[in-house]
Amino acid sequence: MNGTILLNAIQLGLIFAVLSIGEYITVNVMDSPDLTVDGSFVTGAAVCAMLTLQGMPNLGLLASLLAGALCGVATAFLQTKMKIQPLLAGILTMTGLYSINLRIMNNSPTVNLFVGGKPAQTILSNPDTRLFVLLTIVIVIIGLLYFFFKTNLGLMLRASGDNEMMVKSSSINVDNMKFLGLALSNALVGLSGALLAQFQNFADISGGTGMLVLGLAGIIIGEAILRPKNIGMGLVAAAVGAVLYRILYTLALRLGFAAADMNLVSSILVAITISIPYIQKLMKDQKLVKGRKKNA
Amino acid sequence: MLELKDVTVIFNEGTTLEKKALDNVSVTINPGEFVTILGSNGAGKSTFFNTITGSAKVKSGTVLLDGQDITDQPEHVRSRTLGRLFQDPSQGTAPHMTVEENMGLAISSNRSPFAIAVRKKEEKLFKEILSELDMGLEDRLKTPIGLLSGGQRQAVALMMAVANPPKLLLLDEHTAALDPVSAKKILEVTNKLIARNQITALMITHNLKDALENGDRLLIFQDGKITHDFKGEEKQKLTLEDLIHCYDV
Repeated sequence: MNGTILLNAIQLGLIFAVLSIGEYITVNVMDSPDLTVDGSFVTGAAVCAMLTLQGMPNLGLLASLLAGALCGVATAFLQTKMKIQPLLAGILTMTGLYSINLRIMNNSPTVNLFVGGKPAQTILSNPDTRLFVLLTIVIVIIGLLYFFFKTNLGLMLRASGDNEMMVKSSSINVDNMKFLGLALSNALVGLSGALLAQFQNFADISGGTGMLVLGLAGIIIGEAILRPKNIGMGLVAAAVGAVLYRILYTLALRLGFAAADMNLVSSILVAITISIPYIQKLMKDQKLVKGRKKNA
Repeated sequence: MLELKDVTVIFNEGTTLEKKALDNVSVTINPGEFVTILGSNGAGKSTFFNTITGSAKVKSGTVLLDGQDITDQPEHVRSRTLGRLFQDPSQGTAPHMTVEENMGLAISSNRSPFAIAVRKKEEKLFKEILSELDMGLEDRLKTPIGLLSGGQRQAVALMMAVANPPKLLLLDEHTAALDPVSAKKILEVTNKLIARNQITALMITHNLKDALENGDRLLIFQDGKITHDFKGEEKQKLTLEDLIHCYDV
């Protein structure tokens, strides 16, 4: 792998780090994975793409945060006010978003970010500063979230994911916390989609497929390597994991894996990693049994 | 302080499982009273608590707290003035959050949402509060609370419940799941806190001895009704023997 390809992988990894950090909020903090992601990722990309074509790329990035947050609000509404199971609520929003995303993209399955035959000017246009810009965005997001999770509101959000029963009997409104958490998470997911659109100079209606698992892969790899003990390290680990996974992903492609196979690779990786503790326990138990029989 | 007027709660109304959990219950709890509550399973003790907290819906009657009708007030709103402790120590604390973060949560409701929850000042305050327990918890502020024993967790939960002195403290068999030594300790601290902060408190228990030795009033529930109500001197004179009689009727 030469330098340019590695640099490219790191930059993409940082974009997906924003996705993983967003998912960290639902998966780890709220303890309830959110399937809205595959839809809100595209919503962020679509909103940003359209505004970028209008000559407002930075407003597009801000708008993607807001659009993503709205997707999260929709899922939270289904979960709390209509009492639909979290997973199904996410699927319903994601499915509905497909139609909305297509509308945002003027009924075209892809939007190219070219103005007058040239790529649109964005904060990611200059290859010399691109890495710095992305790194700054990721660091600022981690910093803000780290601070937020130490505030009174942050503690309430964490507690409602950690022990819902306890929070229900306290003065904290659990429903409001779900709105807050899902909005925050999907805002970042939307931003990740928007950054990817500006990076690749196009937005794709099916670009969200597999994003939930991709983000999870980042979180899981980060956890396996850094073994974070607190929430600040957890956020850092998610970002590091996302970058590492993208580097591995690029390596796999260089080794001849087809790009289309990579969703399967991500799924298998996540499935195996999650079940490792259980498999380890099985092996340990078996050792015990064997040891006892030997001694008998 | 707390007043229930003709409160009836019915579960599974209109089905074969219909059960009157509370049957026309009226009772007034006075400020500063420490009331112990006895009754067999299904007598209505927990439902009584749940009508106060709002998790059980009232079919008829009214619930007044400090003269204010709270019968239909949402659970999280009235929780601001109630402290609550459960039988299961894991129910009252967030396991992956540290001791100081749990304590911070307890006092968070009337603070600015965007202020850092635990600064040096709060840390000092929590240390002070926890050292009163004499369990060494003041040195474990940074420990995730899930790593503590049941008794330690319940002790922290108790301190959390009274950190913002509540109008009313509800103790739902809060020592039943603990070993005898921890149970005794928690009960001691409970008495001390209630006396010092002059908290009005209700304590459900299945332990007749605990019901006799603690508090200044005793209620016995049976079939959704309050069948006995011993106050003041009457309660002081009460013996184990008397209590067993009350149960048998």
